[in-house]
Parts: sequence; structure tokens; C-alpha cells
Amino acid sequence: MLIPITYNFRNLLVRKTTTIMTALGVALTVAVMLGVGTLVEGLRTSLVAGGDPQHLIVMRQGSTAELVSVVSKEDFDVIKFSPGIAELDGEPMASHEVISVVQLPLRDDPTSQANVSVRGLSSMGIKLRHDVELIEGRWFTPGKREMVVGQGVHGKRAGTDVGEKILYGRGDWDVVGVFSAGQSAFNSEIWVDANLAGTDLGRGGSLSSVLIRAKDSVAAAALQNLVEDDQRLGLEAERESEYYAKQMVSADPVRYLGMFVAVIMAIGSCFAAMNTMFAAVANRAPEIGILRLLGFSRTSILASFMLESVLLSLLGGILGCLLVLPLNGLEGRIGNFMTFAETTFQFRLTLDYIVGGLIFAATMGVMGGLLPAWLAARREVLQSLGDR
Amino acid sequence: MSANVAVSLRGVLKEYQRADYSVRALDHITLDIASGQFFCLMGPSGSGKSTLLHLVAGIDRPTNGTVEVLGSAIGEMDDRSLARWRSQNIGYIFQSFNLVPVMTAAENVELPLLLTHLSKRERRERARSALEIVGLGDRLGHRPQQLSGGQEQRVAIARAIVTDPSIILADEPTGELDAQSATDVLTILKTLNANHDKTIIMVTHDPRARQYAKESRYLDKGKMTEMPEIQ
Repeated sequence: MLIPITYNFRNLLVRKTTTIMTALGVALTVAVMLGVGTLVEGLRTSLVAGGDPQHLIVMRQGSTAELVSVVSKEDFDVIKFSPGIAELDGEPMASHEVISVVQLPLRDDPTSQANVSVRGLSSMGIKLRHDVELIEGRWFTPGKREMVVGQGVHGKRAGTDVGEKILYGRGDWDVVGVFSAGQSAFNSEIWVDANLAGTDLGRGGSLSSVLIRAKDSVAAAALQNLVEDDQRLGLEAERESEYYAKQMVSADPVRYLGMFVAVIMAIGSCFAAMNTMFAAVANRAPEIGILRLLGFSRTSILASFMLESVLLSLLGGILGCLLVLPLNGLEGRIGNFMTFAETTFQFRLTLDYIVGGLIFAATMGVMGGLLPAWLAARREVLQSLGDR
Repeated sequence: MSANVAVSLRGVLKEYQRADYSVRALDHITLDIASGQFFCLMGPSGSGKSTLLHLVAGIDRPTNGTVEVLGSAIGEMDDRSLARWRSQNIGYIFQSFNLVPVMTAAENVELPLLLTHLSKRERRERARSALEIVGLGDRLGHRPQQLSGGQEQRVAIARAIVTDPSIILADEPTGELDAQSATDVLTILKTLNANHDKTIIMVTHDPRARQYAKESRYLDKGKMTEMPEIQ
């Protein structure tokens, strides 16, 4: 028979200060872990939302990103009419695109500049992104120096309001609209006419990449092989979803540093929980003796103190989740190592992370409580009763 | 062992080993305590009174000799069996009450019943009855710190009797009480012995306690001796 859980709850309440201090230590540890988690999850959501598994990105062989790839007009024409490409209104769903960057200052700190991706694309390129919608102004007119900015760029960067001008390529471009791309990374881009951007950048007809939509998943695999097997092209095709998933590497330094800090803090929290539980065992030695005298087994004593340690840590875990909750939905930005531009995203605290945080906290409780609980259970009745 | 003998000690020796010497707490004690007896064991501090009580309760084992309680040779039981046997047959009362401070009087009394198969309702009812026997039926929800020393000891007595054990061991039950509370506690013990047929074994320094017992013995330096004249 187990000792009632109310016994543990009340003991935690009796030692309010110690309980709060220990729980706060655990809370901060969980908050760091969840803080990093919300960043990673937000970035993952942003990048994964940008990738459609039926889409293929075609780039020069060996290119790891669109920014360093070159695909000529001739190659585009070959790809565009390959079998298996979906059609829209009789047109193959393929877009020849160019990627570059422009430096823009922050709205609230003009001295802080960052690279923003500028994507040159055709009207078919816009249609290929099905979650994209115009939320202000209008789309750019092909052949005109006009830009439409993603919602993430518009929110953070100065000079991106409709009617303002941005210096890009060989001159000023008019901002004529703002688009939303759901939660995807396209929100971090500025879109312009591909042909004009190619000319301004001095690339002529050789742009960066080609985006194509296959008729179905089987056709996508066939297209991928077709492009890669054609020795004349020297190109390779990759599923758009996989291409963006690779960009998660940008979050690695934050993730690893965050996890490192969380692990160090977790070790500290384990010791704090251990210290608290050692004090609890020492203060309650006569109670342990009485419980054993009344017939409660060593296992019951072990379980009771372990439970108390886990409860204490779970309290910290809940506090940690509450600390991180305000981050949920906040907009963040991170330098993308593959595009050399900034990617905006929304911090996302998911149920998985909350459950993970609580399990992490409970684990700290188990680690911290194990030794004191074991020692409590090992005590002889007389030894416990004599400790006062 | 006779059927009406509750506790039988035969040649019990208890020594505690220290680093470079040993302490003899009980020196070949032979003693029978009859069922239904109110037995009072007196003696100075360090005479071995509490050690004898620990042996009878099975929370310590003799170095030599045998201890039989209610017909069971408790020295031969393993820890688990001994704990179960103790919870069914022995009630223990301490000088310092040893209540769980975060639990109410009723919860403290109910604690030993958690090891039985009684339902929650039955446990509550029995805890209430036990507290009523010791005159604390109106203090069920009070925590130990809300009770006087005498009341705390009465809660401890209720906890000791709630499982209806045959033997109640009381280790200096009046040691931390004022005169009136001590009288109340001794009266309750006497009532439990007289009306509820409990065998009471009490160790004490308190000369007044002897008047409540049916039989008294004196222990000095681990040996049974003649009862000295009490001033």
C-alpha cells in the first residue's frame, strides 16, 4: 500500500520557500529547453510550409542553394516541356526564378541591416505557391521595376510600405503590394519580375533555379530522374519539401547551444532537487521511522519520496511552460546559412513540446530524488526514530 | 509457552557493538507477561527499558535468547513478515507522540488502516471511533500543532489501538506531559486494559504510572532487580 499522495503535497506546501526555489530552478531549465524548442519548431513550420512534395526545385549540379545556382534559359525550355509536368490553363507549371539579396534596415533600428531574399519569378511562379495571397496593394506588373514584399519582411524592415522605394540592382524599385504566404518562409522574401531582375543583376537569361510542379508523386520521381539523367543539362532536381527541410541547419547553432545550456542547467536542477529531498528526508526521519513501524514497506517509503521529488519537479515544469507561453506566436528572425538572408518565423509552443518539457522536468525529479529516497527507504526503524 | 502468556523472553541478551567496545543493554532477561496484563517496567535512564520494548515490537533483534510474542518467535521472521505481524498485533506509543505533522488527527489515526483491506468509509469510521475512545471525537480535523501535548498523545493512543492490536507498547507515554495530561493518558491506558482487554506494557520513569499497572518490575543495568523504595 502506498502512502497517500496528500502527505507529499502537504509536505511541499509546508516547505514553501524551499519548494518554490527548487521549482523555479527546474522552471528556468524547462523554459530554456522549451524556448529553444519553440524557435526550432517555429522555423521548421516556416520552412516545411514552404515545401510542396509535388514540387521539384531544379538547380545546377553541386549547388546547395538557389543563390549559388545557375540555370540557363535553354535548360529551362528543355525542362519546361518534359513529360509529367502539371499544366494550368494549357501552360506547363514551371517557373524560371532568380534569387538574390538586398540589405534593408530594421524598422525600429535603422542602423541594423540584414539581407532579405529577393525572388524574381513569373506569374506562374506565383500561382505555384498556393498558400500565397495579396493582403495589400497589387502584384507587380511584368516588365516594371515593382516589388511585392512578404508579410514578414513588411513587418520588420523599413522602406517596405506600399509606395516606398527600395534600391535593388541598378536602381529604385517601387513597393506595390504586400503578400502573405501563410506560415511559410516565403513571408521572408520580396518578389519581383524574373526577367527584369535577371537583367538588372546582369545575368541575362541565366537565372538561379526552376520550380516545377509534377502531375503527381510518381511523376515527380520520374521527373527527378529525367533531369538528373540528362547529361546535357548538368542539373539536379530535389523535392521542394526536402530542399527547405535542409535549411533547418540554420537553427542548429541555436539548438545545440540551447540544449547545452539546458543540459547544464538540468544537472544543476537535479542537484537542487536532490538537496531539497535530502533535507526533507533528514527532517522527516522520525516520520519515516513511524511509517515503517506501522508496517509501510521500504518500497512504499521509496515511492513516496520519489513521488514527492517528481511532484516538485513537475511543479517547476508547469511553471517553465507558463514562462515560455508568452513566446508562442511571437515573430522571430534568424540568419539562414543557405540563402544568406533572414528568415522570419513564428515561435511555436506545441503540445508535444509541453509534454516533452514536463517529461524533462519529471526526469530531473527522478534523478534528483532517487538517491535521497533510496537512503530514506534503507533506514532502519530504530535509526529513524532516534534521529531527532 | 502458556496460552495466557502474551510475551515471553528467555535468556535475552542484547549488546550494541561500538568501535572498540560493546554495550550490554539487556543481560540475560527471562520474563513472562500474561495476556490482559498492565505491565509497568521502571528503571533509570539507560537501564535497557526501551531496548526491551523494541525487542517485543520486533524493531530490534536480541543478540542471544528468544522473544516470543503471542506465540510467535519474532526473531525468526523476515522483515516483511515482521512488519505485517506488527501492524496486526502491536500498537506503539512514544514519549514524543511521533504524529505526522502534515496530517490531521483523523488521518494520523487512519494511517495504519491503509495497510488493511478496509474501504475508505470503514477506515474513516474506525479512526473516528478510536478518537472517540480517547475523548477526541471533536478534534478529527485538527493538525498536531493545533493540539496540546496531552491531546497529541491521545491521538497517538488512538493510532495505536485503531487496528485493534492485542498488545500496546508504551514508551514513556507521560514523559512530555503535564500532570493532568499524564493522568488522562494513564487513565485511558488503564481503561483499554480493563474494558478492552488489551495487554499493556509500559516503560516509564514516572512513579505515579506504577499505580495504574497491575504488575511492576524494575530494570537496572540490563538486569531485573528488586523495586527500590520510591520517595
